[in-house]
Amino acid sequence: MTAVSVEGLTKIFNQGRSDEVLALSDVDLTVGDGEFVSLIGPSGCGKSTLLRLIADLIEPTTGSVTVAGKPAAQARRDQEYGIAFQQAGLFEWRTVCRNVELPLELRGVSKAERRSKAEQMLELVGLADFAGHYPGQLSGGMQQRVAIARALAVQPPLLLMDEPFGALDEMTRERLQSELLGICATTGSSVVFVTHSISEAVFLSDRVVVMSARPGRITASIEVKLPSRDEVGRQAPVYFEKITEVRQALRS
Amino acid sequence: MRRVLPPVIFGVMALVLWEVFVTLGRVAPFILPAPSAIGAQILEQRGNIWDAALASGTNALVGLIGGTLLAVLAALAASRSRLLGEVSIPFAAVINALPIIALAPILNNMFESTSSLPRRLVTGIVVFFPVFLNLLRGLREVNPVHQELMRTYAASGWTFAAKVRLPGALPHLFTGLRQASSLAVIAAVVAEYFGGLQDGLGARITSAAAFTAYPRAWAFVAGACLLGLTFYLVTLLLERVAMPWKQRLLS
Repeated sequence: MTAVSVEGLTKIFNQGRSDEVLALSDVDLTVGDGEFVSLIGPSGCGKSTLLRLIADLIEPTTGSVTVAGKPAAQARRDQEYGIAFQQAGLFEWRTVCRNVELPLELRGVSKAERRSKAEQMLELVGLADFAGHYPGQLSGGMQQRVAIARALAVQPPLLLMDEPFGALDEMTRERLQSELLGICATTGSSVVFVTHSISEAVFLSDRVVVMSARPGRITASIEVKLPSRDEVGRQAPVYFEKITEVRQALRS
Repeated sequence: MRRVLPPVIFGVMALVLWEVFVTLGRVAPFILPAPSAIGAQILEQRGNIWDAALASGTNALVGLIGGTLLAVLAALAASRSRLLGEVSIPFAAVINALPIIALAPILNNMFESTSSLPRRLVTGIVVFFPVFLNLLRGLREVNPVHQELMRTYAASGWTFAAKVRLPGALPHLFTGLRQASSLAVIAAVVAEYFGGLQDGLGARITSAAAFTAYPRAWAFVAGACLLGLTFYLVTLLLERVAMPWKQRLLS
């Protein structure tokens, strides 16, 4: 089964008005089970729009989105995916633990069960000691880790991430990239990851999907096979080759 | 200690200056009584001040709670529906523009003279506007990321209101409540100037002034001031209790 299947997807904003924008034009994309796919492209190429269409946060003009074998709207209602944005978007009036519990709470999971699940997720992102803190007491990187723990809380088969590390410094960013890969290896989640960092896309992904703007469409799909996804991987020749390949695809 | 000491020293100095000014300047007591004279009256009348403050305080509290409950419900409804929101703001502005001075005598005549209801209604009306407007503003300011997240959780409108809108609007609610708490006491006291049941601070102040017992009138004014301060401080305390995440940020 495929995690995500997008067919003939077109999105027009403000259709029929003078400020009509063709955001995506005839996009096809398939994400396999357990596959890590990055969407990369210049700003305005529709990569975030594509992610929001998969998440059923907006509706396509034409075409279809299937997530975990279901129509996107059904998949959203069944919480088949977890999502994280560039802003952590934590609820500042809830403690770290209760933030992670929220998606479980809305699913009607019992108190004891969601507490243990949340603690498990916080363990996974290395924040078990901060369960009782409020988000305002955490650094930006820690907040983003909480947001990832929250996205993972319902143990969704699919993770959707919209530049989740975009607002972080380089050091924190690289550490979280490694953590994310570790988490995905543990949970077996598929990931759709929007970024505008070439090195981030190449390091994380099994496949980098390159998009271009006006109208937004997919121009290349580049398979990446690094020997390992760690410091050694970051220095492997194939890593640099792939970076060059993605850069050229973005230029053309 | 450092935060408490300067205002205390300033207050004591102001009282001493006041006393010296009144005694040396031979100011007539109907213009300005000396603080010592007012202090003596406070001591002498403490039972009466307490009873009157209790009566006015009860009225203010009932009005404050009633007006706040109505304002919260109205703001919740107005934030859920665009039409209601657009219609309700001018209506709230009209209620706010109602001078309580004009309203109090009418309300006092509408009910029996033994009823506390008119004063409580006046207080409730005065409280409504700041709470409604501040809370509505807070309810409308929802972080777009929170909105999208709740959509991905397939949360219903009321779940969204209870889990995100309302807690997110708490700081705004308390901004409104802080204004309303002092206003409630003022309204409860002033409403008595226009008839109705005469058992609160307002009635005591007018009757003392009518008997030219100015130090006594001032003693009740001091009581009203303390009552207003109490309401304000309790609101501040509630705010701290209701929003522990803000408190931890500060300390």
